[in-house]
Amino acid sequence: MSIATAEFGTSGPEAGARSEDYLWTLNFGPQHPATHTTLRIVLKLDGERVVDAMPEMGYLHSGFEKLGEYLTFNQYVTVTDRMNYISPMANNVAWHHAVEALLGIELTPRCTYIRTIIAELARISDHLLSNGAVGLDTGAFTFFLYAFYQREVIYDIFETLCGARFTNSYTRVGGVSHDFTPLVIEKIRSFLKTFPKTLDDMERLLTRNRIFVDRTKGVGVLTKEEAINRGATGPVARGSGVTRDLRKDEPYLAYGDLDFQICCASAGDCYARYLIRMQEMRESLKIVAQALENLPAGPVNVGIDQRTALPTKQQVYSTIEGTISHFELSMSNRGFEVPHEETYAATEAPNGELGFYIVGDGNDTAYRARCRPPSVLHFAMFPHLIRGHTLSDVVAVLGSLNIIAAELDR
Amino acid sequence: MPFTPPSVDDVLAGLISRFGSLDTSVNRGQTRVVVPEPLAFEALAWLKDQGFDLLVDVTCVDYLEYKSAKHRYGLVYLLASTATNQRLTIRVFVDDPDPTVKSVVPLWEAANWLEREVWDLFGIRFTGHPDLRRLVMPEEFTAHPLRKDYPLQGRGERHNFPVITRDHS
Repeated sequence: MSIATAEFGTSGPEAGARSEDYLWTLNFGPQHPATHTTLRIVLKLDGERVVDAMPEMGYLHSGFEKLGEYLTFNQYVTVTDRMNYISPMANNVAWHHAVEALLGIELTPRCTYIRTIIAELARISDHLLSNGAVGLDTGAFTFFLYAFYQREVIYDIFETLCGARFTNSYTRVGGVSHDFTPLVIEKIRSFLKTFPKTLDDMERLLTRNRIFVDRTKGVGVLTKEEAINRGATGPVARGSGVTRDLRKDEPYLAYGDLDFQICCASAGDCYARYLIRMQEMRESLKIVAQALENLPAGPVNVGIDQRTALPTKQQVYSTIEGTISHFELSMSNRGFEVPHEETYAATEAPNGELGFYIVGDGNDTAYRARCRPPSVLHFAMFPHLIRGHTLSDVVAVLGSLNIIAAELDR
Repeated sequence: MPFTPPSVDDVLAGLISRFGSLDTSVNRGQTRVVVPEPLAFEALAWLKDQGFDLLVDVTCVDYLEYKSAKHRYGLVYLLASTATNQRLTIRVFVDDPDPTVKSVVPLWEAANWLEREVWDLFGIRFTGHPDLRRLVMPEEFTAHPLRKDYPLQGRGERHNFPVITRDHS
């Protein structure tokens, strides 16, 4: 007996006016554990199939761009910590990269290497959480714990480095707040030794896991043309076959000196994005290992004569140049020489292209500090990715886009 | 050694021969072109055909308190090419009382939320936008908070918000 009658076969939005009656609206978020952060999606469901989704954001809007017009270039770094709080170090690096592009400051070789190392450690910790959360949402809880344990190790490295585990505020204009100590280098070395084993374990747990592959393969497919047209960057774009990576295309910091690969896939589904992130962690390890072994000696901050980076306490208390420089940099009208210019500078953050468009007006605060967050463009394409999939795929797609509401809303 | 971006001179020459003389400038390797508002959409469409396929960002600057600024709002379109890694910044200046620009959503889907954000925070209207609602601020909000005449501190806009009692919720 066949049950495929006309009534059952033509369900869906096109079936006629009456099919609208079957549509059911589900409010997903803003306080749902699977959104991980505060965002809201209004889903239109036909049974378990998602007919349409209306993403809504703004629940975490705290006016970061407005604050950027009132805080000085060094103060604002504390706000960037709170944008993508999964990888604050990467945001610190991105912010001061843009500020230094505006001011025309050239960093010391040691500083570029140190920033490269911490940006890559931040990328590893971001990808760990992002992939861990995809695993968690699709039912692989153990995988998440493996990932989170290694994040803890990276937190320990950051704590040894600058005293803060989570909101690091590590960079400064023209330098960083703390130089690498032998203990930090030793901790990073031991992380480099132990982490590949965990990564292997994680891949064995999930990469060929039947349940996980079934739930992510072919889900949320983004083609290459759509990825470019919708402004996707980072792992989301590279999972769709766009080979754009600013570390290679516009080598900043020390990336030009280092040997690494760009990871790409062509499938464009959640599984491809998962694989990209897994592979990028291995590449990041290569970058960190090379940068650490070739860490140049010499000063970490630009010299006192350039009058941009705050001198060390040793210099302040024992030299007259240090005292003068410290005093003048602390005064609001004697700070940096900021040109009446506008620059955009971007870095390859773990989520994609994180850029800042800064307008300078001669003052040591920005006239306008626009943050180009990758999450906004990724969240905007969410309805396109989820249409036609089931309700349980919502969390898989959301997790694979790695949307961080704090960066989304700023 | 700072990175020097690929040159955009050939595209710039084509743009100027097509749309008349445009104000261009270069700062730290970044090329900016000021396009008059009526020509902006055609210029961006032409640039998209020339290979600038990635719309990196659409944002705005309010020049109310900026020294020697001639216009109030300056829109910023950051374009990039995924094939050649060239970058180009297009500036479009608009003024009060009714700052309006033609939407580029027909060209790039990425512009959808970016333009909504500019409308929300600066109050610049994009004609032809399919869904021009506020993005980050609530629907009931009446001001555009990133304008320079909007204060950093204050009591906020709570007097404009409807009060929902337990009976009405």
